[in-house]
Amino acid sequence: MSGWRGYAAVGVGSALGSVLRLLLSQGTLAALGPAFPWGTLAVNVLGSWLIAAFGAYAACRGGGRAARWQPFLMAGFCGGFTTFSLFGLETLHLLERGRPGLALLYVLLGVPLWLAAAWWGDRFVRSRHG
Amino acid sequence: MSANVGLLVTVAVAVGGALGGMARLAVSDLLARLAGTAFPWGTLVVNLSGALLAGGLAGWLAPPEGDGLPGGWALLMVGLLGGYTTVSSLSLQSLTLWQSGRRRAALANLSATLIAGLALVGLGWRLAGGAA
Repeated sequence: MSGWRGYAAVGVGSALGSVLRLLLSQGTLAALGPAFPWGTLAVNVLGSWLIAAFGAYAACRGGGRAARWQPFLMAGFCGGFTTFSLFGLETLHLLERGRPGLALLYVLLGVPLWLAAAWWGDRFVRSRHG
Repeated sequence: MSANVGLLVTVAVAVGGALGGMARLAVSDLLARLAGTAFPWGTLVVNLSGALLAGGLAGWLAPPEGDGLPGGWALLMVGLLGGYTTVSSLSLQSLTLWQSGRRRAALANLSATLIAGLALVGLGWRLAGGAA
C-alpha cells in the first residue's frame, strides 16, 4: 500500500511526465505533421527505456536514495510520460481515416520498439553498475 | 516548440496527469492486494479501463482536428487518461516476466493488453455514439 508520500510523488512525477509528453507531441506534430503519431511512439519508446534503466539502477544500488526516488521516477514520471490510451486511440483513428496499413504498422513497429527499449535500458545500466 | 501549447492547456494536462497517475497507483495497489503481485494485474486493469474510457471520451468529445487543443480534451484525454494509462510499466513488467522464465505470462500480458485494449477503445467509441 502507498502512503500519502507515495501518492504525492507519483502525482507530481505523472504531471511532469504528462506535460513533457504534451510538448513532445505538439513539437512532432508541428515538425512532422499529423499523418503518423510520431510523438506518442517516441514517448512510449523513451519512457520504456527510462523505466527499465531506473529500475535496474535501483536494483543495483539496493535501497537508499535510488529507492526513495523510485515512485517519483518510475510510476510517476515514466507512467505519466507514456500512454496506452492515446496509443489505442491513434490506432483507431488511423483505421477510421481508412489507413489500415499505417494502423498495423503503428502497432507492429511500436510494440517491439517498446520492448527493445526496455531491454536496452536494463542492459545499459546493468553493464555499468552490475 | 509549438506556439499553440498555451498556459491553460499546459496546466490542464498537468492537473489531469497528476490525478491520472494517482488513480493508476490506487488501482495498482488495490489489484496487488486482491490478486497478488505474481502477475501485473494492476497495469492490465488500468490500461484496459483507460482504453474503454478513452474510446468513450473520443466518441463524446470529437477529437480535435488540426492545430489547437481544446481545454476539455487537454484535461481529460491528454492529462487524465494519458497519465492514468502507461506503456512503460507494461514494457518493464513484460520484460521482467520474460527474463524470469515466465515467457507465456509475458506474452499473455502483452497480447491481452493489445487485443483487448484496442477492442475496448473501439467499443467505447461506439457506445458513446462515435461515427462508425
